Amino acid sequence: MSAQAPPEAAVDTVLAFADDELVLGWRDSEWTGIAPFLEEDVAFSSIAQGEIGHARALFELVAGALGGDADGLAFDRGPGEYRCAPFVELQLVGDWAATVARHWLYETADSIRVAALIESDWPELADLAAKMDREEAYHRMHAQMWFDRLSGDERFAAAVAELWPYALGVLAEEQREQLAELVGRERVEPVERGSHVDGFEALHEEMTMVRRSVPGATW
Amino acid sequence: MIWEVFRQEREGRPFQHGGSLEAPNLEFAEAYAVEFYGRRAESVALWVVPRQAVREIEDPYVADVFDRDYRRVDGYSLKLKLKEARERAGTA
Repeated sequence: MSAQAPPEAAVDTVLAFADDELVLGWRDSEWTGIAPFLEEDVAFSSIAQGEIGHARALFELVAGALGGDADGLAFDRGPGEYRCAPFVELQLVGDWAATVARHWLYETADSIRVAALIESDWPELADLAAKMDREEAYHRMHAQMWFDRLSGDERFAAAVAELWPYALGVLAEEQREQLAELVGRERVEPVERGSHVDGFEALHEEMTMVRRSVPGATW
Repeated sequence: MIWEVFRQEREGRPFQHGGSLEAPNLEFAEAYAVEFYGRRAESVALWVVPRQAVREIEDPYVADVFDRDYRRVDGYSLKLKLKEARERAGTA
């Protein structure tokens, strides 16, 4: 824990970020075992695990500031308390074009968010963001190669267009212009944080099922 | 498309075949090679080669036509010669 308590706004930002990474990692992991081919199955599962690892580190940071622990933050809150963007909640398993579109949009948005956090006044957060950035480099390379592969494809273009308002909702207002420039799109009305998509409660139910089965257990 | 991956465990060590993977192009092959052979810091360098680029030599054995056993380490029976020498020296 830092000598000086981190500002409340920064804790909120980190918690929202952690929820994004946890829920996206969960959604991406739904492809494990059924990705288009074996190599991609391993690679995408590994990325999903990477996101959950980042969520864990971010939850630990928040727990250090607010009390509690990472598991409690990840799994003991009610569905209404999660602050993730609707973008990461969408269940896209089965539609690889849409999954790659989200992956590419998310990694692009994430690069902007992480770059800003590296400059944070909260030293532990700045350190963690720098560490995450090194691992995100692989995620970005993976997203870019798939973008290069699918960018001429109609289904992919349609998926990007459909997901674009959601992707904008991942970032803070002042970061959205940069995202629009990086992905080469006009800004539109974003789908903001604060509400959840229809499938989120079912996801929450599944995600916390084992944890709730034996409350307070040490695993 | 199948790619063969060679990995070097430590600097100065020879590259060894790590395995093969399927990828539609070099960009994907590199990413998957990193994922399969690099992410646990088990390699310091990787080579990725299209399988078609690997030429297999049909018959790598060049038969000895003449008896040149002496050229090979197993050409001499050192044991026998040593025994004879020891006998001559009276140390057997």
